[in-house]
Amino acid sequence: MSAQQHAAAAPVGGDLFNATTLICGVLIAVMATVIVVRLFFGLGSVTNLNDGYSWGLWVVGDVFIGSALACGGFSVALLVYIFNRGEYHPLVRPALLGSLFGYTLAGAAITVDLGRWWNFWHIFWPGYFNVNSVMFEVAACITLYIIVMWIEFSPVFLEKLGLRDVRRKLNKVLFIFIALGIVLPMMHQASLGTMLVVMGDQVNPLWQTPLQPLIYLLSAITLGYGVVLFESCVAASAYRREIEVSMLNPMARVMLGIMAFYLVVRFADLAVRGVLGEAFKPTYIALTFWIENASFIAPFLLIGSVAARRNPARLFLAGIAVMLGGILLRLNGFLIAFDTGPGWSYFPSVPELLVTFGIFAAEVFGYIYITRRFPVLPREEAYAQPARS
Amino acid sequence: MANTSLLKLEEDSRIDSHIAAVSKRLGMPRRAFLQFCATLATSLGLPPGADAAVAEAVASKKRPSVIWLHFQECTGCTESMLRAEHPTLEKLILDVISLDYHETLFAAAGHQAEQARKSAMMQNRGSYLLVIEGAIPTRDGGIYCKVGGQTAIELTRECAADAAAIIAIGSCASWGGMPSTDPNPTGSSGVATVLGKPVVSIPGCPPNPYNFLSTVVHFLAFGSLPPVDELGRPKFAYSRLIHESCERRAHFDAGRFAMEFGDEGHRKGYCLYKLGCKGPETYANCPTVLFGDAGAGTWPIGCGCPCIGCTEQGVGFSKPLHMLAKVKNVDPPQQYPRIVEEKGMGATLGSAALLAAVAGAAAGGAAMVARNLGLSHQAEEAERARAAGQGTEV
Repeated sequence: MSAQQHAAAAPVGGDLFNATTLICGVLIAVMATVIVVRLFFGLGSVTNLNDGYSWGLWVVGDVFIGSALACGGFSVALLVYIFNRGEYHPLVRPALLGSLFGYTLAGAAITVDLGRWWNFWHIFWPGYFNVNSVMFEVAACITLYIIVMWIEFSPVFLEKLGLRDVRRKLNKVLFIFIALGIVLPMMHQASLGTMLVVMGDQVNPLWQTPLQPLIYLLSAITLGYGVVLFESCVAASAYRREIEVSMLNPMARVMLGIMAFYLVVRFADLAVRGVLGEAFKPTYIALTFWIENASFIAPFLLIGSVAARRNPARLFLAGIAVMLGGILLRLNGFLIAFDTGPGWSYFPSVPELLVTFGIFAAEVFGYIYITRRFPVLPREEAYAQPARS
Repeated sequence: MANTSLLKLEEDSRIDSHIAAVSKRLGMPRRAFLQFCATLATSLGLPPGADAAVAEAVASKKRPSVIWLHFQECTGCTESMLRAEHPTLEKLILDVISLDYHETLFAAAGHQAEQARKSAMMQNRGSYLLVIEGAIPTRDGGIYCKVGGQTAIELTRECAADAAAIIAIGSCASWGGMPSTDPNPTGSSGVATVLGKPVVSIPGCPPNPYNFLSTVVHFLAFGSLPPVDELGRPKFAYSRLIHESCERRAHFDAGRFAMEFGDEGHRKGYCLYKLGCKGPETYANCPTVLFGDAGAGTWPIGCGCPCIGCTEQGVGFSKPLHMLAKVKNVDPPQQYPRIVEEKGMGATLGSAALLAAVAGAAAGGAAMVARNLGLSHQAEEAERARAAGQGTEV
């Protein structure tokens, strides 16, 4: 753990009932209704899935994108604990909170997407293990990571409940879980890319490469920092708090470094495989390819300088751009540029969309509830308040 | 059964000399002899290492005395035994078993033959193998089949009393077979029914000789008969449907059938199910062991003749040849795939509008947040500048 002293975390407090939580509640209730229909009447009753597109919005959106957006906890932990940059420690808890919900809900979403969902426990039953399957690796890793994350995050609840003895004992072994909490996501975020590789030539050559595991891993780390930028700005704006620009500014620089490496790998791979020409054909696939990569390039223009990084509006927009790039990378590979043969098509149905919105609403609601009632965000008074005259 | 490897067996000089002697007697190179033992162990479905036990038993154990009775039958089972090539029957008689009584193969006749049976039974009391070929008539006191003045029932009971093991060979001995076909005027029955206890049965018309040889060798090597199913058939040979290993199975699964003898499908080797093949309801190893040691395709279905189900009581000799078999192992699925699969539809107005609305709301919200953040940043910068300005003034 970091030796540096920081402001202790404290609950934000305040009312849980407001316009945002009300909207979230409605969206969650709608999602629950659709899920009940799906569980009783099958996937065909609510989704547009077909034999050509067996993975739709629920897998690509809720699991692939949901878990990638939930990499904030992992990315910040990587920075704090592996590269020993203790100055970022106050960012760990809020980032971890976002990851916690992202992953837990991704795990829940995959259960709903299983055709025979009542067999979901098979993957945890040793007799059914298929240790050669990349899906098994992802499922096992994500499950373990969810458990590890709840343990990592449990000090928040223990502090709230005043269980100091338990907290002290947990502290002695917490480093194991922190280490696991870095290794596991690196494993499965890379494996999510492998899933694209095993799809073979159904995937457009712009996204089909044996390097995909590395690309997914790098983009997941980048996305983690992007989400932290976004989250911090939104939380500060919604709770009328100071933005931790002193931390976000250098962290954004780290993000830009990794992203530069990502872009080099991405385009070098395209060039070496000789498929860069695909990106210059007049197709909508080329267009979405460029939107995806423009989103990764835009932050360099937005927050390229130290002065620009001091402006929270720019940090926020850069965060959004990175998120959009990461989302498009996954959407393009698995849905938009995924061609399973003539005649097949897919676009999410209204109920499918409603479930995905519900899941994101559940994440927002959970974030609001936990930050208002549990010690997650740093205590506000500890910061030097700007002189108000 | 101390040896579990053929190599170790050959190191043992005592057994090795037995093997040398046996291969000399059989006129078989020692390698061919060991291969024969390994083949028998394999067709028995025995685990690795059993080949050594078989070789040791065949080479060094005393040959079991075998008494072979014939009742209501055609001698087809014996005929098929005579056509076994690996090894040929005379070699088997000379070296693997000691056939002390066999009506078809005996040079002796009349009282001399009966005397041979009685003395073999006396000398090998409790250790001889009794093989029964043919059904046993039971109506009217069993008078429809007599040998040496004794009915088949009496002979069976007399010989079974002191036998170490009883094997019913052929469908007739197994349950009555062809002679028991309706209206069954002589009351033909199987050995198990007459003795009132289960016996090992090797049904088939005729049965594959290797199933019989393997059973005998199992008895020789391990002192017991191989495991059997509920009808007394050795599991190594009768635990799978012909349909499971049939070389025409792919045609069945693909729906390609011969519709009549000599039609195009029949000539092309399609599935014979619709011609009345009983493979789907008959348990036997015919497709894997084949007949007559003549190579691939030498078994009824392989030659284009539908299986008649001769190893299966209630199928062979009772179900009409043209009648469709009951497919025992293929459960139809609860649902069949649609012939024309839905290929999905593009965006509907509703879903596109919903997605666009949410994306728009998110973009609008983000723009608002960005604007507010920018404004407050501007205000802070201005304030800082003013504070800095004041500081320099002071």
